Amino acid sequence: MGQHVYQHTLPNGLVLLAERMEHVRSAAINFLVPAGAAYESPGQFGIASVLAELITRGAGARDSRELTLALDNLGLDRDESVGTVNMRFWGSTLARNVPAALELYADILRRPHLPGEELEAVQSLVLQELHALEDSPQKKVMVELRRGYYPPPLNQDRYGKAVDIAAFTIETVQMFYRQQFRPNGTILSVAGNVEWEPLLAQVEQLFGSWEPQGNGDIVPQPHTPRSNHIPKETQQTQIALAFPSVPVTDADYYNARAAASILSGGMSSRLFTEVREKRGLCYSVYAIHETFKTIGAMLVYAGTRAERAQETLDVTLHELRRLREGIEDDEIDRVKAGLKSALILQEESTSARAGAIATDWYYLGRVRSFDELQTHIDGLNASAILRYLDRCPVRDVTLVTLGPAPLTLSPS
Amino acid sequence: MPFYSYQLPNGLQLIGESSPAARSVAVGFFVRTGSRDEQPQESGVSHFLEHMVFKGTEKRTAWDVNRDFDRIGANYNAYTSEENTVYYANVLPEYLPPAVDILTDILRPSLRPEDFDMEKKVILEEIEMYEDQPGSVAWDRSRRLYYGSHPLGNSVLGTLESITALTREQMQAYFQRRYAANNILVAIAGRFEWEPFVELIASACSGWNRDTVGRDHRTEWRGQPGLHVLTRPKVQQEYVMFMCGGPPSTSRMRYAADVTAIALGDYSGSRLYWALVDPGYADSADCTYVENDGTGTVYVSISCEPEDTAANVERTLEVLRDVQKNAITPAELQQAKNKCLSRVVRGNERPIGRMQAIAAAWTYTGEYRDVDTELAHFDAVTLGDVREYLDAYPIDQDTVVVFGPLPEVRGVSGQPA
Repeated sequence: MGQHVYQHTLPNGLVLLAERMEHVRSAAINFLVPAGAAYESPGQFGIASVLAELITRGAGARDSRELTLALDNLGLDRDESVGTVNMRFWGSTLARNVPAALELYADILRRPHLPGEELEAVQSLVLQELHALEDSPQKKVMVELRRGYYPPPLNQDRYGKAVDIAAFTIETVQMFYRQQFRPNGTILSVAGNVEWEPLLAQVEQLFGSWEPQGNGDIVPQPHTPRSNHIPKETQQTQIALAFPSVPVTDADYYNARAAASILSGGMSSRLFTEVREKRGLCYSVYAIHETFKTIGAMLVYAGTRAERAQETLDVTLHELRRLREGIEDDEIDRVKAGLKSALILQEESTSARAGAIATDWYYLGRVRSFDELQTHIDGLNASAILRYLDRCPVRDVTLVTLGPAPLTLSPS
Repeated sequence: MPFYSYQLPNGLQLIGESSPAARSVAVGFFVRTGSRDEQPQESGVSHFLEHMVFKGTEKRTAWDVNRDFDRIGANYNAYTSEENTVYYANVLPEYLPPAVDILTDILRPSLRPEDFDMEKKVILEEIEMYEDQPGSVAWDRSRRLYYGSHPLGNSVLGTLESITALTREQMQAYFQRRYAANNILVAIAGRFEWEPFVELIASACSGWNRDTVGRDHRTEWRGQPGLHVLTRPKVQQEYVMFMCGGPPSTSRMRYAADVTAIALGDYSGSRLYWALVDPGYADSADCTYVENDGTGTVYVSISCEPEDTAANVERTLEVLRDVQKNAITPAELQQAKNKCLSRVVRGNERPIGRMQAIAAAWTYTGEYRDVDTELAHFDAVTLGDVREYLDAYPIDQDTVVVFGPLPEVRGVSGQPA
C-alpha cells in the first residue's frame, strides 16, 4: 500500500520529491525555502512576511499584474506563507498546468523584482495582519504562548513587530531575500497526476543553474520559558499552556504523538470527554504535539467564560497529569484506528501528500514510507507510551492566558 | 462515474456516486432544516439539536457514540446552516456498515434531560466564543439587517437569551416536525457497493416517520439599500459587509453569478484585489455568491484599519458601480472560468467533497450533475450571460454594514453592537 515517492537532489542542493497519484486530475506544488521568521535578525521582525507579500509583485519578464494574471489563468490556487523555519509556496491546479506553473515559480523564487514602489503597500498589509490578531483571541493566545515558551529564534513568528515593519527599507528586504533564497536547503515537492521523468528534466532546467551559498543553521539560544497574562475585556478567557516533549528525530516521537492522541485525538479522547462532554466547560479544548528539528513540545488550549476559567484549567491539568496513571487497551486501539485512517485518507489529497513528503524531508532527510508509518502505528502500546510519559511528565508548564483575569497553576 | 438513486416508501431519499479508485467512502445525512425554519421563540434550536444528536439514543450513551465513531477511525462531524443540517462520516470502505449503523442510530436521538442541560452550557460557550470574534459578529448582524423580516436572516447560533430559555420539549417538537424521513437526503460517494448500502439504510430507517414538511418564505429577497453602522469600541479593525440579491439555487444564472463574483472579489487578481488589497488599503476584500432555497445573495466583505474605512467603502462602491455599468472584460471572464474549472475539479476529487457536491445539487434542484456537466455549465458562461445576470440582480444596490470601533461613518452614527 502507499504511492511511490520519487526523489532527486540537484548538484546545487535543491531537493525534488514527487508522488504520482494516478486517480486524480490535479496536482499540488509545494516549495519549502529556508526563509522563515527564525532567520530574522533583531530589528527585522516581520521582514519574512514583507518579503512573502512582495515576492509575487513582479518576477522574470512579468510585472506584478502580468504575473498575477499568468498564475490565475493556470487555475492555480496558491498561498505564500511564513512559518517559523521555512517560507512555504503552495499551489494547486490541474496536473496538466504543472509545467507552466513551475516556470512561474522559478521566476518568483530566482528572479523577483522586489519593487521599491510597492513596499509601502506591503508594509501596510503586514501591519494590518498584526493589528487583526487583536480581533482573534484564540489565535493571539497561541501566538503569545509560542513567543513565551520557545527559545529564540524559534519563538519568532510571521506577525513580527510593528516598529520593525514600519521601518523597513527596500534594501533590507532585498538583502534578506539574497541571504535566504538559495537552492541548498530548498525542497520542492509535487504530488498528483504527474510523470517523473519530464518533471525532473524541467526542474533541472529551471533550477539547475541556481548558485548555492552558505546557510546559517538555526541554533536555539538558552532560554527560560515565560508565563504571561494578557488582560483583555473578552467574554471568554483563553487558556494556553506548553511543556517539554521530544522532537521528531527522537525514538519516543510516536509515543509522544500517541499521548497527544489519547488526550485529544477524537471526540472520545480524554480532554474532550472530561472538560467538554462531562462538565460542559468549553466549546473548544485540545492538545497537540509540535516539533522542530531539535525540540518538541505539547501545546494545550481551552477557551471558556471567565467565571469557569480556573475550573477549566484545573480539570485540564488534572487530565494531563492523570495520563501517567494508566492507559486502557481500548484507548490504544482507537488511537491506532484514527492514525491508520488518517494515513490512508491523506492519500486522496494532493495537497496533503505534497506537504507531508516535503515536511518529512525537511525533518529527516528522507520520506517515510507508508509501510514504515504503518509499522509504527501497529507497534504502539501502553507500556511504551507510559515510559515516554515518565521521561516527559507534565512539568515546567508555561501558562499564557488572555481575558479579564489571570489564573493560577495548581501544584501537581 | 455510476450514479444511483432510490427512495424508501417513507420518503427517505438515497443518492450515490461510486468511484472505484477512491481510498475511502463518505456518507452524509442532509436534513432540510436550519435556522430559517425556526420560530422566534426557538431561535438556535436547529444548531443545538445538531449537538444533541451526538448525545445518544436508546442503545448508545453520548460516550458510546464518540467511542464507536473513534473505534473505526471515522472522520466525522456535523454542521448547521440557515437551511441545512448535515451529519457526515468519511471512513475506510470496510467500516461503512458500522458508520451507517451509528449515523442512522443517532439520527433518532433520546434528547435526555441531563444531556440537554449539559450541552446547553457548551452552546452558550460557543456563542460567547463567536462573540469575541468581530468577523463572526459582523457576519451575523449584517445578515439580520439585510434580511429584515425574512427568516434567512435568523442567527444559526441563537442568542444567550434564546438558548437559555429553550426547553427540551421545544426541541422534541422541532425534531418531530423537521426530521421526518421525507425531509432527509442520504448521499454517498467514493468506494462502495450500492445494493448492500441501500439494504443497510432500508433496514435501519424504514421505521422513520413521514410527515408534512415544508418551508415558508421560499421567495426571492432583496434587502433595502443603505448604510448601517454598528459600533463596538474594543474592536481593533473595521469590518464592512455589502449585500445584495442574487439568483436562487434553481436558476441557471447561478453560473454567471459565480463567475462574476470571482472576477469581482477573488483573493487573487480580482477587481477588488487591485482596488483595495494590492495598494494596501484593506487587508482583505472578498466577494462571494451564496445560493439559497428560493433566493440568493452576493456578499462583499472587507476588513481594514478604522481610519481607512470611509475611503474603502467609497472605493468598493466605485468598483461595484463600474461592474454594474460595464460588466467584466473578456479577459476577466476567461481568468474567472479558468479558476472555476480548476476548483471544481479539485473540489470533487475526494469522496468527502464529492458527497457534499451531489447532495447540494440534489437538495436544491432535485437533479444529479456529474463533474463534467458542472464544468460545461461554467465553461458555457458568456459575457451576454453576465450582462443578463447583472441586469436581473444589480450588484450596486447594497445594504452596507460597518462593524468596529468607529462611532460614525459617512455621516451615519453608530448603534451599539
